[in-house]
Amino acid sequence: MDWDIVIGIETHVQLKTQSKQFSAASIAYGAEPNSQACLVSLAYPGVLPVLNKEAVKCAIRFGLATDAAIAIRSVFARKNYFYPDLPKGYQISQYELPIVNHGKLTIKVGDEDKVVRILRAHLEEDAGKSVHGVSQGKSGIDLNRAGTPLLEIVTEPDMSSADEAVAYAKKLHELVQWIGICDGNMQEGSFRCDVNVSVKKKGTDKLGTRREIKNLNSFKFIKQAIDYEVNWQIETLEDGGTIEQSTILFNPDTGETRAMRTKEEANDYRYFPDPDLLPLDVNDDMINEIKSTMTELPAEVSQNLQKNLGLSEYDANEITADRAVTDFFMQVVEKGASAKITANWILGNLYSRLNESNVEIQNCPISIDALANLIKRIDDSTISNNAAKKVFDRMWQDNQLTVDAIIDDLGLKQISDSGEIESLVQQVVDSNASMVEEFKSGKDKAFNALVGQVMKLSKGKANPSQVSDILRKKIS
Amino acid sequence: MINNSINELHHGLLKKDFSSVELAEYFLSRIKKLNPSINAFITVDEEKSLGQAKLADEKISKGDLNPLTGIPIAQKDIFCAKGWKTTCGSLMLDNFISPYDAYVIEAFNKAGSVNLGKTNMDEFAMGSSNETSYYGPVKNPWNLDYVPGGSSGGSAAAVASRMAPIATGTDTGGSIRQPASLCGLTGLKPTYGLVSRFGMIAFASSLDQAGPMALTAEDCAHMLNVMAGYDERDSTCINRPKEDYLANLDHSIQGLKIGIPKEFFDEGLDANVQKLVEEALNEYKKLGAELVDISLPNTSLAIPVYYVIAPAEASSNLSRYDGVRYGYRAKEYKDLMDMYFKTREQGFGEEVKRRILIGTYVLSAGYYDAYYLKAQKIRKLISNDFKEAFTKCDVIMGPAAPSVAFKSGDKKEDPLAMYLQDIYTISTNLAGLPGMSLPVGQTQGLPVGLQIIGNYFKESQMLNMAHAYQQKTQWHKMMPEGV
Repeated sequence: MDWDIVIGIETHVQLKTQSKQFSAASIAYGAEPNSQACLVSLAYPGVLPVLNKEAVKCAIRFGLATDAAIAIRSVFARKNYFYPDLPKGYQISQYELPIVNHGKLTIKVGDEDKVVRILRAHLEEDAGKSVHGVSQGKSGIDLNRAGTPLLEIVTEPDMSSADEAVAYAKKLHELVQWIGICDGNMQEGSFRCDVNVSVKKKGTDKLGTRREIKNLNSFKFIKQAIDYEVNWQIETLEDGGTIEQSTILFNPDTGETRAMRTKEEANDYRYFPDPDLLPLDVNDDMINEIKSTMTELPAEVSQNLQKNLGLSEYDANEITADRAVTDFFMQVVEKGASAKITANWILGNLYSRLNESNVEIQNCPISIDALANLIKRIDDSTISNNAAKKVFDRMWQDNQLTVDAIIDDLGLKQISDSGEIESLVQQVVDSNASMVEEFKSGKDKAFNALVGQVMKLSKGKANPSQVSDILRKKIS
Repeated sequence: MINNSINELHHGLLKKDFSSVELAEYFLSRIKKLNPSINAFITVDEEKSLGQAKLADEKISKGDLNPLTGIPIAQKDIFCAKGWKTTCGSLMLDNFISPYDAYVIEAFNKAGSVNLGKTNMDEFAMGSSNETSYYGPVKNPWNLDYVPGGSSGGSAAAVASRMAPIATGTDTGGSIRQPASLCGLTGLKPTYGLVSRFGMIAFASSLDQAGPMALTAEDCAHMLNVMAGYDERDSTCINRPKEDYLANLDHSIQGLKIGIPKEFFDEGLDANVQKLVEEALNEYKKLGAELVDISLPNTSLAIPVYYVIAPAEASSNLSRYDGVRYGYRAKEYKDLMDMYFKTREQGFGEEVKRRILIGTYVLSAGYYDAYYLKAQKIRKLISNDFKEAFTKCDVIMGPAAPSVAFKSGDKKEDPLAMYLQDIYTISTNLAGLPGMSLPVGQTQGLPVGLQIIGNYFKESQMLNMAHAYQQKTQWHKMMPEGV
């Protein structure tokens, strides 16, 4: 039997504000436990929440970036349940009236564009953390994270494979960093996905019962968890079983999912509007002010790179996947370097070197100017692409030297003088008569071998395309 | 000093008739003498009080003072006060020493007032007789067999017995006005949002409001001058220019229209109370005011609506008392769930648990629309009744409570009878309007209060009305025997 897979994603995005959602306590990661738990975080008697306006701005930015409707009035509600790391006994979260409604995000599925609809995005606060195993028979509570501002972004069930789900998560991850509302750090929990998965018989309209995989904090886990879960659901149904609506956890060590609680066991959260907070009113002036601070979005920038700078769609999308990379790229190009070669170099050599050394592009040891000069020397045929790699290696180690000094020092200047190349070609033709014959009898491979001989003779410095031209003329 | 107004005490301090320390010592000695029988205070800390008094004396000697500098005040134990045990009348917070000051405490500290102690109250402000306190019932100074009203019963009894010249209260459904009425005081619940709720332990957030309790309207005006003001730490606090509530006290009330709601004079009202309220209204006529008949048709719905909304909010507000971070925790428990159950079972009293249950029920899936949502709609109708009424009159008057004080224990086992105590006060909380009570007579040796309800932020006008009456009458000067 064939099955359709239906996936919706809820993402908790930690907002890049200075302080908590409803108090002035810091949200910096990794502080001593409870050192950032102010009286509001601790839910002391009599304390009250005061909304962080920066978090509201972040939500509006997100709404604008996904072409969503910004609600002129949204309401904070209380979600009531007891847990030791939830100090008030309720979480403040927008429930019936969220600030962002009906946005969309376009992802790439193969060669096709696909729009994933965003149902809503709402502001809420994070809970604290229970710490187990600190002392025998006791659990610790760390409330540093309690009250951290989150934007929960909820999609429609628009994705139909694990790959689409991952493509969406990656795109969203890129976007929230691009618009500056999230640091994107998945290890530290700044970007976490709950994935709703169900399957239905191909061609039927009726959705199957969904199970929600909680708290996935890597793209790899999203893929693994969905794959496992889809298989499990299909097997279960094909064996005549039924799926029960439930919340499940993914275990990265075993690659399996397991049920945490079923719908029957779910809490009745007794939502009601928080009487300590007035409804959140947003006016056009506020929206326009935020709009005026927003730059182009990755999709638009990618379009421009293709149209104006002639980049391939692939390269343009790769560059614009990261705002810092885009900025770096644009600055190199503004120094007069060829856009295409720059893109190749950033996505190739520079990327792999940054990854190997675990360095962010913002901290790249090679300056914008130096990289631009290197690319100019490739572009004007002073050095070959291969020679440029050697120069690049030297630049990485010593950023005091200029590109030209390194080229001179390594003796890498490319031979582009046609007379000189001609004489090299002649030497090779003379001493490789049999190979020339092979080429003439139709073996194209022999031609490449001859080019290789010329390059070797020039110690790699001859301009390869010139070599090729001259050789072809000579022996054809 | 015993019957002195704030003005008189202020002048006494200025003229060095007595120092702030002497004033504090005087009231502290009265507390020592009277509190064992009245039980108005939960916590008294002479050292702290006298420390504040010393600071006040320094301020006074430097000429750095205002009318409240050096004046002793009793603070309801619902306000967090730094370094003070702050219990809210509950075992749940019996070990809680507040690390911070509530806005109201801060405001009186800034003014240089002297905190005499923390007053007894119904547990988490839930009650109308001060019998739900973990610290035992408060007695009515007019007759120790009777209740002082609640929930600000400790504050009311403290001022009525002259253990303190003034006190703070809070009012969620009548908790300032009903005890003021039962103890013969002047007490005012301001417009919702006038006084910051920061640091005031929440009962029902959309209804709670702090206010002054004193002998006279003039003293209430002095106190409101200190208490009212914008505070960005309370998002429901309203940012508006500060007023001087003393400024209009002596205005003529000639021609002001007093609305008399017919629903406040129904069969539930004690005949003697009705008679005294009507006499007071006659006095107002003599002062030049005009009485007009009005109707507040949804009055009978106020209590049912209140007992949906207030418990709903309370059930959530009181979730933080879980034994995890501070406050009471059960001694023995098997696991986390057992710790929650036992802590909350033992830490809360009967009435609090009753209201948590009601609140949890009305917010539950499947009941929310029928109870909470419907109650919110009726709440709007009640507000509209007042809006309509205020097109015909300047203030509204009627009884503050349906009867005089009742005997301790009389209504303790009958919650519904107890809830009816607030029948005339609750609707103003639901509408967010200001209301006050002032003494207008006595029957069987027990005081009777007249309620004045004003339009939003018309506290100044209400105080003017009350002050005008108190210039012509003596009820506010009556003092219980034996104190």
